[in-house]
Amino acid sequence: MSDTQTYFEIRNLHAETEGIPILKGVDLSIKQGETHALMGPNGSGKSTLANVIMGHPAYEVTDGEIIFMGQNVLELDPEERAQAGLFLAFQYPVAIPGVSVAKFLKSAHDACHPELKSKSSEFLKELRENIKYLEVDDSFINRYLNDGFSGGEKKRMEILQMLTLKPKFAVMDETDSGLDIDALKVVSKGVNKLAGPNFGLLVITHYERILRYIHPDHLHILIEGKIVHSGGPELVKKLEESGYDWVREQFGQEVLVG
Amino acid sequence: MSSDSTAILDDYKYGFYTEIETDSVPKGLNEDVIRIISAKKEEPEWMLEWRLKAYRWWLKQQEPKWAHLDYPPVDFQDICYYSAPKKKSDNPDEIDEELAATFEKLGIPLHERDRLAGVAVDAVFDSVSVGTTHRELLAEKGIIFCSISEAIREHPELVKKYLGTVVPYTDNYYASLNSAVFTDGSFCYIPKGVRCPVDLSTYFRINALDTGQFERTLIVAEDSSYVSYLEGCTAPSRDRNQLHAAVVELIALDKAEIKYATVQNWYAGDKEGKGGIYNFVTKRGHCRGQNSKISWTQVEAGSAITWKYPSVIMEGDNSSGAFYSVAVTTNKMQADTGTKMVHIGNNTKSTIVSKGISAGKSVNSYRGLVQVLPDAANCRNYSNCDSMLIGGECSANTFPYIESENSSAVIEHEATTSRVSEDQIFYLKSRGLSEEDAISMVVNGFAREVFKQLPLEFSVEAIKLLEMKLEGSIG
Repeated sequence: MSDTQTYFEIRNLHAETEGIPILKGVDLSIKQGETHALMGPNGSGKSTLANVIMGHPAYEVTDGEIIFMGQNVLELDPEERAQAGLFLAFQYPVAIPGVSVAKFLKSAHDACHPELKSKSSEFLKELRENIKYLEVDDSFINRYLNDGFSGGEKKRMEILQMLTLKPKFAVMDETDSGLDIDALKVVSKGVNKLAGPNFGLLVITHYERILRYIHPDHLHILIEGKIVHSGGPELVKKLEESGYDWVREQFGQEVLVG
Repeated sequence: MSSDSTAILDDYKYGFYTEIETDSVPKGLNEDVIRIISAKKEEPEWMLEWRLKAYRWWLKQQEPKWAHLDYPPVDFQDICYYSAPKKKSDNPDEIDEELAATFEKLGIPLHERDRLAGVAVDAVFDSVSVGTTHRELLAEKGIIFCSISEAIREHPELVKKYLGTVVPYTDNYYASLNSAVFTDGSFCYIPKGVRCPVDLSTYFRINALDTGQFERTLIVAEDSSYVSYLEGCTAPSRDRNQLHAAVVELIALDKAEIKYATVQNWYAGDKEGKGGIYNFVTKRGHCRGQNSKISWTQVEAGSAITWKYPSVIMEGDNSSGAFYSVAVTTNKMQADTGTKMVHIGNNTKSTIVSKGISAGKSVNSYRGLVQVLPDAANCRNYSNCDSMLIGGECSANTFPYIESENSSAVIEHEATTSRVSEDQIFYLKSRGLSEEDAISMVVNGFAREVFKQLPLEFSVEAIKLLEMKLEGSIG
């Protein structure tokens, strides 16, 4: 199979936490250059899926595989997944007091791209450009990572990290939750800057509105740990014409909040 | 992540022992031993008398038990109170090659040709000082920097004037013991108006078995002078406990400033808590003059038992005291450390920043007193005591005491306890950082306020030390 066939693939994934099964056989295949949206009600396993993709130690995979560019992701530690080009924009990013955004981003960048270990000055230049692009204040880079950040600042910080680390495949775990429309536009702008033929994206969401800014090629609906419906370009086209109401009609109001 | 949260690598790289012929007195403590120590150091009669008075006082005292520490009683008769490497040459400027090699291995070159730039070092091996660097440069400025033994012989008038004036021999149990049997340590005297051009540093090394190290350091900063002083300590890894009971006195006269920094890395014992240094230390600074400043910065990373409260007595009006501390305990280490800030003068200010990091099965306590006397007007204190826990078997305690007898005082106290969470480590790992780097980032962020008080090279060393100590300690 060529790279475009097996860029990112989840096969029959089962995972549990504290002995409670959450994912009950998820299958998902994303080709290079594609953006997929995953929707579902609260408790359907969306965040679990995101955390399992990145290797959170609180979740145990009991069956199935995750393959990324020919590598068995489940055999890798979280840092190796990041170094391989995977990225997760967290729903609830944690604070690391005393560690400046600049220092953290430089360390993370150098860990993910040892071949590109840039000089501090060049790194800072690019960082300042990204910050400007995301419409954040310059003082951001000297603040402590997520420490005292507002909800919107934390989400922009996640996107700033994504722009800095330039992953090959990213999962956005409800990055749109709690954002006002301006912040949502900025976040979408950041994501769209990375989008392209060498990138893959899985957008996990609960809200219809982000899909107006990040246009998915495929849609999946996750309910009780299983993908119950998937659709490609024909479905997207249908959505453009008649909206998302049919999703709610078919799978319940909570799948996608309007 | 693995559940083996207590597995900390026991690679104390300073744990080696130097084979060297020593001149020691037999184990045990009595007046004759004190006379022998005094005679070996060729001390004047008044010094011996002072030691004996201290000893007689000590005999009447009880070992203090109020600290949150648990250890078997120390057998003071089973300790050797004097051990010195045998001199091979009569030339006092010649440093024994074996000893020079030992200090070289510890990263402290003593030979003038490769001595550390920007730092003058006094190296103390067991009971004696074996060499001091940068002497000429300091002499030009009138700065005296030598071992306390040498100062007693060469500058008796200064030592007599200041020794015991901040920590009298009646101060506490361990200070009395130290006053009776102290062997070596450093003496610094900065004359009026002189800014010391290099950092002064003492490196303490305990080598001999069953030997106590009783260091005595005295720093006097005359009017409008400035000095930055650094102290480092290591000892061989042994499965028997060793005693270290030090006294450090700082005196700052009008407008003088003393900055005192310590990186303490005595052997802490093994994983099971066997061996390690018992560290009972009395450190106190006296802002004797107006507008004087004293700060203590400490990184406490070693010792099986730490009992240490570097304090500042602010007597001069407008004087200020500061205490910045990072205390890290791992395995079965126990630390009870903090400070006393005593406000006597008007408009005196003190700052306390304490960061305790506990891992393994260790116990880490902060104990601090802020005291404002009735006649001290407009005093301020700010205290911040944070504890960080790594793993589920360690503990952290905070014992803050405030005794304010003047209503104009403004005293602020903040305290937090946090745990290095699995989520923090996962977050950093998901950005490509290894587990070690992730832990070190979290811990360094936590202790940042203290590290930035240290001179640059020292802070790099301190960060490395912390990383080494905490390696593998997240469960």
